[in-house]
Amino acid sequence: MSDAASNCLLSMRGLTREFRIGGGLFSPAKVLRAVSDVWLDVPRGRVTGIVGESGCGKSTLARLALRLLDATAGSVIFDDVELGGLKSGELRELRRRMQMVFQDPYSSVDPRYTIREALVEPFRVQRIRLTAAEAKSRVEEMLTMVGLSPHLASSYPHQLSGGQKQRVGIARALAHKPSFLVLDEPTASLDVSIQAQIVALLEYLQRDLGLTYLFISHDLGLVRYFCDTIVVMYLGRIVEILPNAVAKPRHPYTKTLLDSTFEPDPSKRRHISRLSGEIPSAFDLPKGCAFAARCSHAADRCRQERPEMSDAPGHRVACHYPLN
Amino acid sequence: MTLLSIRDLSVCIGRLRPLDGISFNLDKGEILGVVGESGSGKSLTATSIMGLLPLIGGKVLKGSMYFDGIDLTTLDEASYRRLRGRRIALISQNPMTSLDPIVRIGAQIDQMASLHLGLSPQKARARSIELMEQMRIPQAATVYGQYPHQLSGGMKQRIVVAMALAADPDLIIADEPTTALDVTIQAQIVQILIDLVRERGLALMLITHDMGVVAQACDRVVVLYAGRVAESNSVEGIFAEPRHPYTRALIRCIPRGGQARGSLVGIPGVVPRVLDYPRGCRFNPRCDLAQPICYTETPPVHADGSAAVACHFSEVRAHV
Repeated sequence: MSDAASNCLLSMRGLTREFRIGGGLFSPAKVLRAVSDVWLDVPRGRVTGIVGESGCGKSTLARLALRLLDATAGSVIFDDVELGGLKSGELRELRRRMQMVFQDPYSSVDPRYTIREALVEPFRVQRIRLTAAEAKSRVEEMLTMVGLSPHLASSYPHQLSGGQKQRVGIARALAHKPSFLVLDEPTASLDVSIQAQIVALLEYLQRDLGLTYLFISHDLGLVRYFCDTIVVMYLGRIVEILPNAVAKPRHPYTKTLLDSTFEPDPSKRRHISRLSGEIPSAFDLPKGCAFAARCSHAADRCRQERPEMSDAPGHRVACHYPLN
Repeated sequence: MTLLSIRDLSVCIGRLRPLDGISFNLDKGEILGVVGESGSGKSLTATSIMGLLPLIGGKVLKGSMYFDGIDLTTLDEASYRRLRGRRIALISQNPMTSLDPIVRIGAQIDQMASLHLGLSPQKARARSIELMEQMRIPQAATVYGQYPHQLSGGMKQRIVVAMALAADPDLIIADEPTTALDVTIQAQIVQILIDLVRERGLALMLITHDMGVVAQACDRVVVLYAGRVAESNSVEGIFAEPRHPYTRALIRCIPRGGQARGSLVGIPGVVPRVLDYPRGCRFNPRCDLAQPICYTETPPVHADGSAAVACHFSEVRAHV
């Protein structure tokens, strides 16, 4: 096995997912391609960020990475195992090592469960029998690990704040001591002070447990703070992979995204240009570069021919005329 | 020139007092940011100014609200109706709370101008299309005949801004106007709002939890915490020299690219609910500078020109 392969925990190869929408007696179904031909290596022990606006396919990609959704084409390889070929029992076994934290902590915890029941549930799903004493000590250990008091075990979700519920969501994901976590906008519905607490917790856990994260967010400021590499998506495709948080964007879309992210510093105000139309419909993608209609640098070639991802290692970009 | 002046405003809902002695001014041609976390009283402040407290079972307990010399606290409903939408317009977070899904876009904007300004249908139509063009809505004449569901979220919010402007108001209250939008669309709407204030000289009260938007757009800032003003100052003062520990903590919570890993700390605990407001300073359970007096005495407001801070130790410098 090459070095590159062993350093890579999860690998997406030509991953594509289509959804058929509508379609009735008299109208044909439309096909929406949410994720198109994504090739991505997720390095072990690192935080890989995926950023993009609504409809860019980032949440679909997150679900494909764990095979919570089946791919239409392409494959996902997790630690040398191809997920697509696994039977449901084998997949369940593997899920102990790969878990997901969802955006909405209110929906990931059953309102009728106490926190103790919510934390024991992952063991039941995996058909692991725990004695009462084992369950008690595991629950205490899990709560402590995410910075919650063990006294909360007998509470119900509605008695917890949003931040506490998200901590419970993280504790559940960590129940089987996984090596890989997909975090799908885990702080999007929280206040900034709570977001910062949760991010600090995720940083601590990542270092302490040597976890690998795939971190999905629409917030470029947060992704630039938290992630080692940053994958920018637009309408189902990767348009750029920034090798680090301070790398200068080479794709005009990434630059637009960066220019639209206001810094909390009034001395760094910027004027937002009057340009830019709407994000095109995912049902009706243009032939060339999907960003061409909003791009101030677009030339005829951009509208005719879709740019491929550059092969160069490190900073990769899919643009005919990348910025310098 | 001061357009809106809120002095020591307290609001009660039943036995609860979710707003407790709020004061601030808003000048013509100025953008005032009202910031704070959920439960700080931002939206309730807007509800009070719009005279909509009775709808949620609330009332003004004490204090005053003057809009262009009119005392809003004593205004009857009929007079309020002549202000609302006409001189004070509201833009809310979800554009669909302002748009009727079964009425064409154009008719909804026309209605504002004909209702409040008495324009003829032809004049109202011409004016609506002009406003839509100012909002940089492409093919405004086509959009004029469309229904809300045919538009994206960003376009709908532009229509709502156009409707707010249709009656030529003096004050716009925008309550989280860009929170539900994608960042590139948010940036455009924020720029539209800034340009409006600069070009028309109206006043904008921008309620937001996003300190990036505040830094980009606002001239002055009021920081609310648990129903009280923690601090108010110019936007430069708030970011360069925050004097209240809550303001400092709030700014430290914002992740920035290039910032050292592990330096994001957050604020321990949560904003207290109105039932559980602690004695003394309401920030005391979360404050790293709290002293015994903070648990017993409500901090006095130290005012200094247009800046104010409510902290016993506002002179204490931040730990850097």
